[in-house]
Amino acid sequence: MPLRLVDRTKPLPWGGFFVATISLAAALAVCALLLTWQGKPGLHGVWLLVDGGFLHGYALEDAVRKAIPIFLCSLGVALCFRMKLWNIGAEGQFALGAVGATAVALRFGHWPAWAVLPCMCLAGAAAGALWALGPALLKRRLGVNEIITTLMANYIGVLVLQYLVYGAWKDPVSFGFPMTELFSDAAQVGLLPGSRIHYGLLYCVAAGLGFWWWISRTRLGFELVVSGENSRAARFAHMPYGMLICLAMGGCGALAGVAGFLEASASVHRLQPSIMVGYGFTAVVVAWLGRLRVPAIAAFSFLLAGFRVGVENLQIELQAPAAMAGVLEGTILMAVLSGQLLNHRRLVWISRRTTP
Amino acid sequence: MRAFVVALALALLACLPMQAAAEDMKVGFIYVSPVGDAGWSWAHDQGRQAVDAMDGVSTSYVESVPEGPDAERVIAGLARKGHSLIFTTSFGYMDPTLKVAGQFPDVTFMHCSGFKTGPNMGNYFGRMYQARYLTGLVAGKMTKGNIIGYVAAFPIPEVIRGINAFTLGVREVNPKAEVRVVWTKTWYDPALEKDAAKSLLDVGADVIAQHQDSPGPQEAAMEKGVYSIGYNSDMSSFAPKAHLTAAVWNWPVFYTEMVKQVQNKTWKPEALWWGMDTGLVDIAPMGPMVPQDVKDMVEAKKKAIIDKSFTVFAGPVKDQKGEERIKAGAMPEDKELLGMTWFVEGVVGSTE
Repeated sequence: MPLRLVDRTKPLPWGGFFVATISLAAALAVCALLLTWQGKPGLHGVWLLVDGGFLHGYALEDAVRKAIPIFLCSLGVALCFRMKLWNIGAEGQFALGAVGATAVALRFGHWPAWAVLPCMCLAGAAAGALWALGPALLKRRLGVNEIITTLMANYIGVLVLQYLVYGAWKDPVSFGFPMTELFSDAAQVGLLPGSRIHYGLLYCVAAGLGFWWWISRTRLGFELVVSGENSRAARFAHMPYGMLICLAMGGCGALAGVAGFLEASASVHRLQPSIMVGYGFTAVVVAWLGRLRVPAIAAFSFLLAGFRVGVENLQIELQAPAAMAGVLEGTILMAVLSGQLLNHRRLVWISRRTTP
Repeated sequence: MRAFVVALALALLACLPMQAAAEDMKVGFIYVSPVGDAGWSWAHDQGRQAVDAMDGVSTSYVESVPEGPDAERVIAGLARKGHSLIFTTSFGYMDPTLKVAGQFPDVTFMHCSGFKTGPNMGNYFGRMYQARYLTGLVAGKMTKGNIIGYVAAFPIPEVIRGINAFTLGVREVNPKAEVRVVWTKTWYDPALEKDAAKSLLDVGADVIAQHQDSPGPQEAAMEKGVYSIGYNSDMSSFAPKAHLTAAVWNWPVFYTEMVKQVQNKTWKPEALWWGMDTGLVDIAPMGPMVPQDVKDMVEAKKKAIIDKSFTVFAGPVKDQKGEERIKAGAMPEDKELLGMTWFVEGVVGSTE
């Protein structure tokens, strides 16, 4: 092979930004090619995608609305990944968060908003955190692999949600269809004045700042990162490794739980099985794309949400298949992750004569 | 440089789509699953294509739209893009459709399989249970072990009604047979549907019926060498040796009529529930393995349903506990059928 990868002594300055931009462009080009292959105008398709996702007031609002749950789940996942805990259970924790918030909304819906909404939020966060603590304790006490337990807990979490919605919580006037009754007005998170974006955006800002502050400004946050870099060294230095596992997992569960609360209360206004559209799994993708940093996670949450919205425009105008969204997301992930390789390495051409 | 700019501008112009004629009426559809080659959304898309072939009408659709907040956005997107008639083809789109209908009073909305209407929103469905009953007659005649498997999506009235009508048909010709139900809790998941069918085959079912959108259960039946009954569209091409018949939707008759009504301004916000007499629901041609006398019997029953001399669910109808839920001599009310949450006698399974 005349092409070789050589380590850089210093990472590329501004590398992350360049790599992300070029990888995005490459992913969009692949999509244009795929569209052309299907006999549709490729470049125009990419334009429709961007136009429908980002270039109108309503499109931006839609993208932000969709980005909110992705961002919160992704932040939680990133917290665990910082510690090299491979928690892929945000989906189930999201489900339990929605269940916890709904339990409060159905029981105390007659309370005024200032009382019921904080309780719903706390209940959602607590339910999500408790759901994550199971796998955390299994890992801490018995050393059970958290990838398996969190993945399995996802399925159980979704089934708990379905059990309640098909059973005890089913709306008596829904003709037997699986949904709870509509939340009372007080139990619905409202919209920011003059927009269609709900107050969940403020939760995101608070969570993002809190994440950053905790990781970079507190001793526990520092210990969490150190534990991720080298768990043996962390234990040797008497860092509370076992407690940190529970903290990271519980924190992720709480964040995903709040996302579930917001989706149920602000977007759907009730609990129903179709609330589960895979935000918890998208969160893993976003956390990796954002390299576990808050601003980048926010940017990629918004970007992926915008593309998901834009693909609908592409479908309406060009009748492109819905699978385009998945193809686009996969291509972006592949392009960015493989592009990040070039941050620390460079490609060099080695001519045959000089190689022995 | 100038030449480059001109070339770029020309290239961009070439990318612009052909504009539809200004007076074309635009009709939009949203589907819950991919259109694919068979199934629920495919059947609706046949209707859309018939509408698209009408003069002065163009159509577009969005597929695989989840039934939550995403649906609201897609419906609003279609309305914004100048569609004057929008069909939303799954139950979960009901509340989003109602909400968007309030925001776009000049657009006509029609929601499939729900129960809400508004000033510019109607709902519609077909009496698929009539076709289910006929397929039940075929299944009851063709089973040898008297166990019939039914792969079903969600325990909601539409599906329960179909299972009940099917079972009434089975027991009409074969009182010893039972219908075993397995829930998949998904409309469309080919692998899971197939596995559910296999679990029924393992307990001895020798006819597999389905309320699912993929031909997965059909394939499972053929691999085991037993019979199957399709749904949504004629699924015989997926399992030619197994496929006895199918309960099918024929959406073109309905959608073209609705478009004409909107064009002529005679459309009203109603709850429409069309039966077999309109041709909206039907059964697929019966396979060569079905004996002629069975075919004749089913055709005769079909005529009786169409000329209304026979009514599915006419009393007495007993539930699983043997309690009479529809009294002898009584006709079922639509309200009862639309909210059906109990199984008839002969079904093995639970509605939970």
